[in-house]
Amino acid sequence: MTAELVPTIGLEVHMHLATRSKMFCGCRVAYDARPNSLVCPVCLGMPGVLPVMNKLAVELSVRMALALNCTIPDFAKWDRKHYYYPDLPKNYQISQYDQPLGINGYLDVETPAGTRRIGITRVHLEEDAGKLMHAEHGNYSIVDLNRTGTPLLEVVSEPDVRGAEEARLYAETLRQLAVYLGISYCNMQLGQMRCEPNVSLRIGAGPDGKPLYTPISELKNLNSFRSVERAVTFEIARHRQEYLADPGNYTLAKQGKSTRGWRDDEGISFLQRSKEEAHDYRYLPEPDLVPFVPERAWVEELRKNLPELPRARRERYIKMGLSEETADMLLAEAFVANFWDVFHETLEHHQGAGKWPIKRVLELANNWTLQDVRRALNEKTIDAPSLHAEFAKQLADLVVLVETGVINRNTGAEVFNKMIKAKLDLNPKSAAEIVKEENLAQTSDSSAIEAFVDQALAANAKAVEDYRGGKKASFGRLMGEAMKASGGKANPQLVKEILLKKLGG
Amino acid sequence: MALSKQEVLKVGTLSRIRLTEAEVEKFGTQLSAILGYVDKLRELDTRNVEPLAHALPIHNVLRPDEPRPSLTPEEALGGAPEAAGDFFRVPRVLDEGTSA
Repeated sequence: MTAELVPTIGLEVHMHLATRSKMFCGCRVAYDARPNSLVCPVCLGMPGVLPVMNKLAVELSVRMALALNCTIPDFAKWDRKHYYYPDLPKNYQISQYDQPLGINGYLDVETPAGTRRIGITRVHLEEDAGKLMHAEHGNYSIVDLNRTGTPLLEVVSEPDVRGAEEARLYAETLRQLAVYLGISYCNMQLGQMRCEPNVSLRIGAGPDGKPLYTPISELKNLNSFRSVERAVTFEIARHRQEYLADPGNYTLAKQGKSTRGWRDDEGISFLQRSKEEAHDYRYLPEPDLVPFVPERAWVEELRKNLPELPRARRERYIKMGLSEETADMLLAEAFVANFWDVFHETLEHHQGAGKWPIKRVLELANNWTLQDVRRALNEKTIDAPSLHAEFAKQLADLVVLVETGVINRNTGAEVFNKMIKAKLDLNPKSAAEIVKEENLAQTSDSSAIEAFVDQALAANAKAVEDYRGGKKASFGRLMGEAMKASGGKANPQLVKEILLKKLGG
Repeated sequence: MALSKQEVLKVGTLSRIRLTEAEVEKFGTQLSAILGYVDKLRELDTRNVEPLAHALPIHNVLRPDEPRPSLTPEEALGGAPEAAGDFFRVPRVLDEGTSA
């Protein structure tokens, strides 16, 4: 009888930290710069240079470690990890070997089988290597060292993950946390987040009672969640097959650990380095960098300033009546959720204990935050720091103007853009000021609206005919023309009523 | 402690140095002498001594996250044995992907 084979998976996840400059030098971190234009003697590994730690990188790392429930040891140090490769000009990577910034944490991951608590072995900081590309013609490779020295956070999990889907969910949860906290942008296309699952199967107990495993394979540099799930699925099946074919030999004790690559287009993994070819990293303490000794008060300050974490906040939102989808959209970035919170509270307050149903308040907060604010963020007309509490309150005032019929929704969107522009011009204005100055208040005077409707009907005889002939889509056209005639200020509800009456008559 | 010939050759490989027979002999003797000295130090009782992470008694030397000017690609590539456009040019590497 075959023993049960239990997938035993740990993940190493690398993230570029959201800093402006590199880990040990002042070169800018950017992804679209001219090759080798963001390098200096420090990151080129010239002799005689002195690396100096980036304060923000250390702070972001400790924040992430705290969010992962890690212990922050009183002493952390740097080590050199040696390997010989053209993307690494010093021939060693500055990393942390035995005394990292964070240890012994966990991350709770929601899975279809319930919440799974995945242990975090360690969180450490290191520097990224450069980019090596192969020339299409000719027997050489080319190197761009702009990425060399980018602050790279590595989160190492315990082998607690039990399957391919769980591996993907773990990586996704980790990404959400890092983006939410502003630790990393985690853009996988840009290589800002890379996952390396270590896959093995627990075979059962050996003669001494200790568990036996299949040889560990480390899958290198997976850069999408989909490839994490596919590669782990493939690897579990491959281990099962190899083990069943040769149970006596296919064990960790006999074959050790190997490194494998993943070909996404073919959906297969392939051997890169066997145990015998494994790198001999020759770790040694980095003499050029002094240790980092975090002050307890500083760590506690960072802990205290962590926002409500995504999991708790999501639960709170769902209890409030938001859909899971909306909650997830808000939680994509902490500052959007923070903005929503203030905005929503202000709206509720405006209504002095429930003139609007709660449901309507939620709907308004969602619409404006996820449409208008999101759009402005995408178009980069506003940035995260602009979305402070004061602006949320001002936006709530604007929404009240729309909801009480002072201006219509389209004008509301226009006023929103003008508020942003005024803010950028350092001449901030309230919604009410803009409406007054530009005379944008909506017209609800039915005789005036009747005139706009008549104008639209007269100028669009064809559309009127089409409508009466059964082509109901022409209504929108006529509606638009009447609104245009009013300069966008007519109360759309009244326009609709009057138009229907006239067409029906 | 004497280093075996194989160990000397391995150190050579790790350092990307090709060693002649005579050099294996020469460096083997020298490296063994260094290890012998370390063995001598080992005789000291260090059970109650914290391992030293750094020779200087200072810590937390940090800089603010402020970008500073870099070299130009021309300057960066100026000292390289070979360049191709804005890139460093190196012998073709077959191993896929970075090891970082």
